[in-house]
Amino acid sequence: MRDDKASLAKQFIQAIPHSRALNMRVEQIGDGVAEISMPYDEALIGDPQTGVIHGGAVSALMDTCGGAAVMSHPDAPAGTATISLRIDYMRAATPGQRITARAECYHITRSVAFVRARASDADADNPVATASGSFTVERPKGAGA
Amino acid sequence: MTRPPPEPVQLIKQRRDAALSALVHGVPYIQFLGIAFERRGDELTAVLSYDEKLIGNPLLPALHGGVTAAFLEVTAIIGLSWSLIWDEMERGALDPLTLSPQTLPRLPKTIDFTVDYLRSGLPRDAYARARVNRSGRRYASVHVEAWQDNRARLYAQATGHFLMPPRDV
Repeated sequence: MRDDKASLAKQFIQAIPHSRALNMRVEQIGDGVAEISMPYDEALIGDPQTGVIHGGAVSALMDTCGGAAVMSHPDAPAGTATISLRIDYMRAATPGQRITARAECYHITRSVAFVRARASDADADNPVATASGSFTVERPKGAGA
Repeated sequence: MTRPPPEPVQLIKQRRDAALSALVHGVPYIQFLGIAFERRGDELTAVLSYDEKLIGNPLLPALHGGVTAAFLEVTAIIGLSWSLIWDEMERGALDPLTLSPQTLPRLPKTIDFTVDYLRSGLPRDAYARARVNRSGRRYASVHVEAWQDNRARLYAQATGHFLMPPRDV
């Protein structure tokens, strides 16, 4: 049952048009934790003089990963949407390297899910960015109290 | 007492549009998302043209939250850079007609960025404007508002802090 939920979430995420546009790959998902990676792409460059990827692309990866973590939580019934997301940028991602984000849904109520995430490149001990966010918990219509 | 005649309006427009174009077209990610900037004097409005690849929830459908975050961050960085370039350009310290992506002043770096999602992003064009609330020698704080159909009904807003590019003085 749990595996079904994880594979469904994985399918759903990999079918999102913007995740496809960024070539995101779900590395791991389940029990409120998700790991998603994104390859380096020259189309995503934000600083033409250094070739460093734009922070916005890292935000998109973090947001997707956060939503995936929520969807994979055992207490999350259905979809989710971002309420707020804060990202701290520690350093520039090294050009040419794949970026991997890992998000954890560490608390969930009937209405809100709380998420922490971090992203790194090949130097996994030295994060590129960290994030924290809150997400909605969407309940199927007609589900009684 | 004679004053020099005012510059022809076309010359002023050409200079300002060239500077904006060099700034915006130098960044591949801005082209990837399909963001354009419209200028009225020094005021910029960012326009995100709808495209299917910007969708994050195909069932609703709705714009991807990451796209909205990226759109706001791009608007903030360009807005902040533009305010720096504008002053230098109007002082005559920078000639925009010689600017290329390789010779542009360095862009500010994002320290942190916080996005409020107020409404779901509809599958149509979105607009955003940045306001530089503080621009110091080393740090800046920028607020951005984004809307779709109605200017008064924001669909997202954000505040970010930025590390200013080193300036050769």
